[in-house]
Amino acid sequence: MRYIEPHGHMVSRTTDDYLDMVTAGCAAVCEPAFWAGFDRSSADGFHDYFCQLTEHEPRRAARYGLPHYCWLCINPKESEDVKLAEDVIALIPQFLDRPTVLGIGEIGLNKNSRNEVKVLEQHVDLAARHDQLILVHTPHLEDKLKGTRLILDVIKSDSRIRPGRVLIDHVEEHTVKSVLDRGHWAGMTLYPISKCTPARAIDILDVYGGERLWMNSACDWGESVPLAVPRTAFEMRRRGWSAEAVDRVVFQNPVRFLSQCPKFKLPE
Amino acid sequence: MTRQQVLDLYFMDARCKLIELAAFLDRVDRATGEADFRLAAFRAALGGLASDETGRAAGVLRSFSDPTDQPIEKATVKGAVGAWPG
Ligand SMILES: [Zn+2]
Repeated sequence: MRYIEPHGHMVSRTTDDYLDMVTAGCAAVCEPAFWAGFDRSSADGFHDYFCQLTEHEPRRAARYGLPHYCWLCINPKESEDVKLAEDVIALIPQFLDRPTVLGIGEIGLNKNSRNEVKVLEQHVDLAARHDQLILVHTPHLEDKLKGTRLILDVIKSDSRIRPGRVLIDHVEEHTVKSVLDRGHWAGMTLYPISKCTPARAIDILDVYGGERLWMNSACDWGESVPLAVPRTAFEMRRRGWSAEAVDRVVFQNPVRFLSQCPKFKLPE
Repeated sequence: MTRQQVLDLYFMDARCKLIELAAFLDRVDRATGEADFRLAAFRAALGGLASDETGRAAGVLRSFSDPTDQPIEKATVKGAVGAWPG
């Protein structure tokens, strides 16, 4: 089996995870910029983080033969401080030409505040000006439904953004339809407690088809399972999906979306 | 999948989760002090399970969700708790 991990925060994971992922058939991993679990105190901290994502982490993954790509932004959890966010957004263009940067992400909302919306708009503008793909984080739990609606409106209001170049992540049963209806791609995150379980993610595939959907583990420093995608692929097989149909969801779909960025190379 | 296959694959798992829900409610009953808004939200969401219509998962998720449509003034916390405090 082959699969792509389109959303993994590998800087928070051990080399054992890399080994397990490659052993399970992982052919490429993509790492969106995110919150470290604590607030960084300055834009300099983000500069170092972006160097880590574009220099150090690809080297670490390469030791396991795994292509590593990344997305850059300031995470919505740190967007309440608009001045800091503006300073970080100003840093991003100098990194956009680096060979493994796929686009702007994971941007979005966390608590659906006015400042978060303002910073989201600035990120969308940045992506539009530099013709970048966009990866969007939708809020957690009780904030997801409202946040997804606000995010969809922000993206729709920027006419430069083509919907098929935006992936809205962490969808669940109550948000997936609105995302697909707008022409975006949708990501399902496989988490042990919050977000989707493997069974529910496959339900969503059953109901909405696998045309513009992908699955990810979003493994990070919290409770998460780096092998969630291959385990879900196994559950799809138990539910009668053919090997080819599973491959379409866990490998070909990420390739289709990510190949819109010319820097993404089809894994061998 | 046939209904039989769904039952073969998921019945025991769903049965286990249902008993966990029942035990959780018993545990809340035995505990002392006041509950907060989460318990009422939980009971309200439970009601959706009895529906005859499909879309129950989306219904449960919606019932835990913030139903408002305007951004809040300021984010004072980072986390979410699973139910809307109102
Ligand atoms: Zn993430």
